[in-house]
Amino acid sequence: MWFVIAFVIWALGFWINHKLANGEYGQSRATRIAIPTIFGLTILFVWECLVRGFDVPMVILPPPTAIAVRFGTSLDILWIDFVQTFIKGALSGYVIGCGSAFIIAILIDGSRFLKKGLLPVGNFIAALPIVGTAPIFVMWFGFDWQSKAAVVVAMVFFPMLVNTVQGLAATNLMQRDLMATYSANYIQSLLKLRLPAAMPAVFNGLKVATTLALIGAIVAEFFGSPIKGMGFRISTEVGKLGLDMVWAEITVAAIAGSAFYGIVSIIEKALTFWHPSQRGHA
Amino acid sequence: MPMMNRIVPIITIIAAIIVVWYASAVLMNTKWATDQAARKGVELTTVELIKDTWSQDRPRLPAPHQVLFDLWKSTGEMALKGKAFSKRSLIYHGWITLSSTLLGFVIGTLAGILLAIGIVYNRVMDMSVMPWAITSQTIPILAIAPMIIVVLNSIGIQGLIPKAIISAYLSFFPVVVGMVKGLRSPTLEQLDLLTTYNASRREQLWKLRFPSSISYLFTALKIGMAASLVGAIVGELPTGAIQGLGARMLTGSYYGQMIQMWSALFAAAILAAVLVGIISMIQSRVLGRLGIQL
Amino acid sequence: MVSNSPVIEAKNLGLTFETNDGPVHALKDFNLAINKGDFVSFIGPSGCGKTTFLRVMAALEQPTSGTITVNNVSPDEARRQRAYGYVFQHAGLYPWRTIAGNIKLPLEIMGFSKAEKDERVSHVLKLVDLEGFGRKYPWQLSGGMQQRASIARALAFDADILLMDEPFGALDEIVRDHLNEQLLTLWEATEKTIAFVTHSIPEAVYLSTKIVVMSPRPGRITDVIDSPLPRERPLDIRDTPEFLEVANRVRNGLRAGHAYDE
Repeated sequence: MWFVIAFVIWALGFWINHKLANGEYGQSRATRIAIPTIFGLTILFVWECLVRGFDVPMVILPPPTAIAVRFGTSLDILWIDFVQTFIKGALSGYVIGCGSAFIIAILIDGSRFLKKGLLPVGNFIAALPIVGTAPIFVMWFGFDWQSKAAVVVAMVFFPMLVNTVQGLAATNLMQRDLMATYSANYIQSLLKLRLPAAMPAVFNGLKVATTLALIGAIVAEFFGSPIKGMGFRISTEVGKLGLDMVWAEITVAAIAGSAFYGIVSIIEKALTFWHPSQRGHA
Repeated sequence: MPMMNRIVPIITIIAAIIVVWYASAVLMNTKWATDQAARKGVELTTVELIKDTWSQDRPRLPAPHQVLFDLWKSTGEMALKGKAFSKRSLIYHGWITLSSTLLGFVIGTLAGILLAIGIVYNRVMDMSVMPWAITSQTIPILAIAPMIIVVLNSIGIQGLIPKAIISAYLSFFPVVVGMVKGLRSPTLEQLDLLTTYNASRREQLWKLRFPSSISYLFTALKIGMAASLVGAIVGELPTGAIQGLGARMLTGSYYGQMIQMWSALFAAAILAAVLVGIISMIQSRVLGRLGIQL
Repeated sequence: MVSNSPVIEAKNLGLTFETNDGPVHALKDFNLAINKGDFVSFIGPSGCGKTTFLRVMAALEQPTSGTITVNNVSPDEARRQRAYGYVFQHAGLYPWRTIAGNIKLPLEIMGFSKAEKDERVSHVLKLVDLEGFGRKYPWQLSGGMQQRASIARALAFDADILLMDEPFGALDEIVRDHLNEQLLTLWEATEKTIAFVTHSIPEAVYLSTKIVVMSPRPGRITDVIDSPLPRERPLDIRDTPEFLEVANRVRNGLRAGHAYDE
């Protein structure tokens, strides 16, 4: 019975999307939002039906409805976890990490030697599994959010540094020559030309950092945490086989992650409206 | 000497990092050293103090040579004694982590390429799946890792496979996004040219889109490889881990074995560097033969 | 109007670049005097040094031999005194600033007051016929309009000298004709000394009071032509025999120097 419903819903969703995509409104903004939404909803419905149809136990995979119920009844816990992991851990680490990377990039801007050394080393470090430093930071800063913030700083610093340095180099010779003809000094050139020109690359770094920050904060909690936090909740609930709570936490993480990224994107659009990629020319 | 020009700054930075490291080790391990000395009623001279901070059993910050020595002890030395794959050897643990990384990476990459082709050639797939692929990069997927491990364990799938699934999942999305970008990179003029030859869609894929996407693919592979490794490491944590580099880091932290944690971390870092480096080497070979300048 | 005091004077000027393939003589034995109010065109094939000389005047390059003075001081000092405005081949407007904002850029650096800045912006916009476009962004303007904005920017701070490096090179011929006319009108109105680099013979002859023909390897002057054409020049002067005579002289100078050694 459930399988029939599942199949029908899947077929219906696919058919609707097919019609929308190939229809006369295929390119409109509304369609472009509707299709992935319908796709997502279809998956949720099919998930629900298959779980019920196969009688999948809750401890393996709960149906979306059960998750929604658990979500609704646990808002207070979810909120506490969110504050602990996202606000205290991820956000503070993000601000400290990105802020210091930005400032240091500007400070080393004057030295070609330092840049030639730091860029390859920075790229190298950014590819390493920095999450592994989590237990070390726990040992130094204790179980609370500070050690998680430290992990986040370690994770976002080098990508942000590399991006900012590249951004500051993004001016071409002609633009710099123009500044020379005005006898502009270093600070004027920095503020009026190189920093605005660096914004696209800087925001690329900031966006990458949002994802890294949240991952860092959550995974760092897998290595040890006080009795709150999203990572903590996930690992303990997994141990208790309370999978509906785990999914609820994951939902919170997903919303937080995309919202964080979205906000940075909005700020990016405001500050880099002039760049071809933002004008839809790319 | 352009080569020297590039290496000297890098070596300087690395040297600076090492110097700062040794100095920090002194600062961070001093308290323990002075406490221990006070207990014995002894006063340490500066030189003795420094030497002590660089050779403690459980330092707050191990000195580089301590980590390197432990690394050697758990890898090379063991290999020489023929015990390369004993449970204490980092080679053994490294291999455990590496095997799930590689398996997951291959699965994730192949699936990613297939989905990318589907997205580029099918409008419905493009409009329904691609937004989710992009959004998923903003979601901390790694948070799902413990759940996948435990769930799969409870239905009997243990060990390598669950970790490989996590690794596959993590390398999947960067490959999809990168490949789609790459497959779509040919210009309108290049596509039009093939149309004038009456080329089929398959010919268009093999003769134009695939070659154009190679640089994008390699960039995505490097990101995916690093992500797969992290996935495998994190996947080792939930099961009260006993095998793999992530497990070593965790047990190190449980038992306060600082140096063990650091050598596991170093081993993971070396593994990541080697893996990404191999991809880079393949990248320059392949792109060189295709005549593409990086 | 045209006085006899040289505003720019180059004596035995030389500039040699050391490259991996040996020394490159970008300029050699370069002697030239430019008077106030002159419109001087530099024409020649690639590598003849015309852009290099412009950059030396602007203190963007340093000569390796000989002397050059701008307004009787070194180019560097002249640059500090804001003696010239430079117009590049591409408008180079900052995309994050409006047109007005772009014109204000040098004014901000040079420390003009707000009231002065606004006044100068509207003045030069009118000069280049871009009134009302101050609030637009560069990408909203056509190539020709962007280049006009770039010229306006160079005019904003009252520099007496205008250095222009193939400013219309990237534009199509119809727009180019129009801008040539406008440039001449501008020159009449502002009485500036203009040094203009171009690839186009008709453009050089149409615009200039003096034409400097150059050739490469080493970069040197082949001919200096004082134009006999009157100052009043409608576009159809390009069909007159006097015009063609000057153009021919330029062409011969180019052929002589080029030597076709490829």
